[in-house]
Amino acid sequence: MIEQHYNFAFLDERTKKRIRRALLKAVAVPGYQVPFGSREMPFAYGWGTGGVQITASIIGQSDVLKVIDQGADDTTNAVNIRRFFERTTGVASTEKTREATLIQTRHRIPEVALTDAQILVYQVPMPEPLARLEPRRRETIQMHALTEYGLMHVRLYEDIAQLGAISRAYDYPVLVNERYLMSPSPIPKFDNPKMHMNPALQLFGAGREKRLYAVPPYTAVRSLDFEDHPFEVQRWEHACALCGATESYLDEMIVDDQGSRLFVCSDSDYCEERRQAGHLGSQQLVKQEAA
Amino acid sequence: MYVAVKGGVAAIESSWRLLETQRRGDTTIAALSVAQIRAQLSLAVDRVMSEGSLYDPELAALAIKQASGDLMEAIFLLRAYRTTLPRLGYALPLDTARIDLVRRISAAFKEVPGGQLLGPTYDYTQRLLDFALLAEGSPNDTPPVATAAQLGAGRPADADPGDAPATVPRINELLAREGLLETPDPDEDASIGDLTREPLMFPAARELRLQALARGDEGWLLGMGYSTQRGYASSHPFAGEIRRGFVSVELAPDELDFSIDIGDLEVTECQMINQFNGSRELPPQFTQGYGLAFGGGERKSMAMALVDRALRADELGETHVAPVQDQEFVLSHADNVEASGFVQHLKLPHYVDFQAELELVRKLRERASRERS
Repeated sequence: MIEQHYNFAFLDERTKKRIRRALLKAVAVPGYQVPFGSREMPFAYGWGTGGVQITASIIGQSDVLKVIDQGADDTTNAVNIRRFFERTTGVASTEKTREATLIQTRHRIPEVALTDAQILVYQVPMPEPLARLEPRRRETIQMHALTEYGLMHVRLYEDIAQLGAISRAYDYPVLVNERYLMSPSPIPKFDNPKMHMNPALQLFGAGREKRLYAVPPYTAVRSLDFEDHPFEVQRWEHACALCGATESYLDEMIVDDQGSRLFVCSDSDYCEERRQAGHLGSQQLVKQEAA
Repeated sequence: MYVAVKGGVAAIESSWRLLETQRRGDTTIAALSVAQIRAQLSLAVDRVMSEGSLYDPELAALAIKQASGDLMEAIFLLRAYRTTLPRLGYALPLDTARIDLVRRISAAFKEVPGGQLLGPTYDYTQRLLDFALLAEGSPNDTPPVATAAQLGAGRPADADPGDAPATVPRINELLAREGLLETPDPDEDASIGDLTREPLMFPAARELRLQALARGDEGWLLGMGYSTQRGYASSHPFAGEIRRGFVSVELAPDELDFSIDIGDLEVTECQMINQFNGSRELPPQFTQGYGLAFGGGERKSMAMALVDRALRADELGETHVAPVQDQEFVLSHADNVEASGFVQHLKLPHYVDFQAELELVRKLRERASRERS
């Protein structure tokens, strides 16, 4: 059932046009945060309003939409956003990464490699990578303008000095096109390398903070590190209990009172596709180790 | 064999039904009508209209009903509706000197031209619970003193539609004439920003700050304003004037060379007068802070005026000593639709990030225990 009382994809055409203009600027200056006249959406701020506005501005009749949250299509917020677009556009939706032309995501990049026929839209809570070091936007605008990123390097260095490793596990800062420091949104650093030279267009929307930015196809995205402390991604001792994958990002679930764990793929479509292809995991729980 | 949990769709649909049950409450009690909310919870309606940034008492009452009386949720509902409305044009500035008064007081002067009018206020009620109200449909319902039309239903019914509202001069203008009150000199040609079309950037001009404060959360502004009274960026305020009443909204379309009265708004306006010792740039004089809210939003407009004054620190050459003078701090956190959304987004799943943190903490602990042994 398509809502008749609202325009296609909810936003009026003038608003969409303004957002698309801001997106063009974002694509032209990779990693630069473009301020835009973010609208109130029928979603709470912090729940994907930026991503929803981008998707609403670029979605067309022939698109096939996939919406994921934490890698999965069936988490409640992903369901809610997908239903919103089904109701306001009537476009086809899918859970299969390979079939989608437009993927809106929160906190993950799909495991399957994307193509140049796909657009990935990220929901971003805090677009400013320097915010935890300098909360004032007035200051951070200047720091970006002057490529003054020393503060971030010092922060990472302090982590190494105090803890022996960089203590950023998600929302790990990246340098885009060797120019702008950018927040990859709170994806695990496991996903950072996927952003680099990705054939798909990557768009980022922060509705509450009223900014959007982009990584155009085939753009260099480098995770900050040091020569003697190179960037590393998360690894697990376990394979996915369902599909046996060893290369995917795993979710950990506590399944009984004894604290037994089950490790399964966070990307539910990837896991399903592997099982369809005959891969089978151990189905084994992992007992909790004594502290 | 383990099966991954599915069922987000079914859960959401069940949640809608439960929410509806919660909203309706005990079905043996008559349902509350939107008209009742509009007429009898009028101050709640006023707050929802102010912070929802939409003057529509009926829709505000509907939002309150739909939100089970959660005013922030109602404000959110109204905002989400407002965003779909076309922008047809900009009205002329409200002339609050031409006003059908409901209430008007000055704390600075005992007698003021146009007079003091106490009007409806909780100020002198002694706050004793009125148990007569418990007995519903009580015959003790006192007949209203003022006509209902004066409170919430538009201009008085007996007013001649051709009559312009009386002019009640603003106290500030009387003071400004004597040069005692600093008066911002607006640049007539300068374009006025619109917070709802362009993102707020800092430093923000005063008209944008006032727009942000007008839709800002009453509680936040109250706390911020209160802090100035307790010595954080002390501003020695006097309530120069508070007026509540109905004012006309006029539009001057490009096609016409005259303006058209398109309706009335009920507003509460507060002009604070603040002591000021002068600075290198300015001689000693009084300064002002301004507040405006829809309907009877008196607390809101007073708090807004205090915060507005504090945020004028840069203009007036004052040094920053307190959070309330920091535009970015005050205005970035004033919107309760934004704040409520972001605080509550912590309810959303963060499995992936938490997993990343777990992995990190385990690794760091392992490293630490290796180093100890």
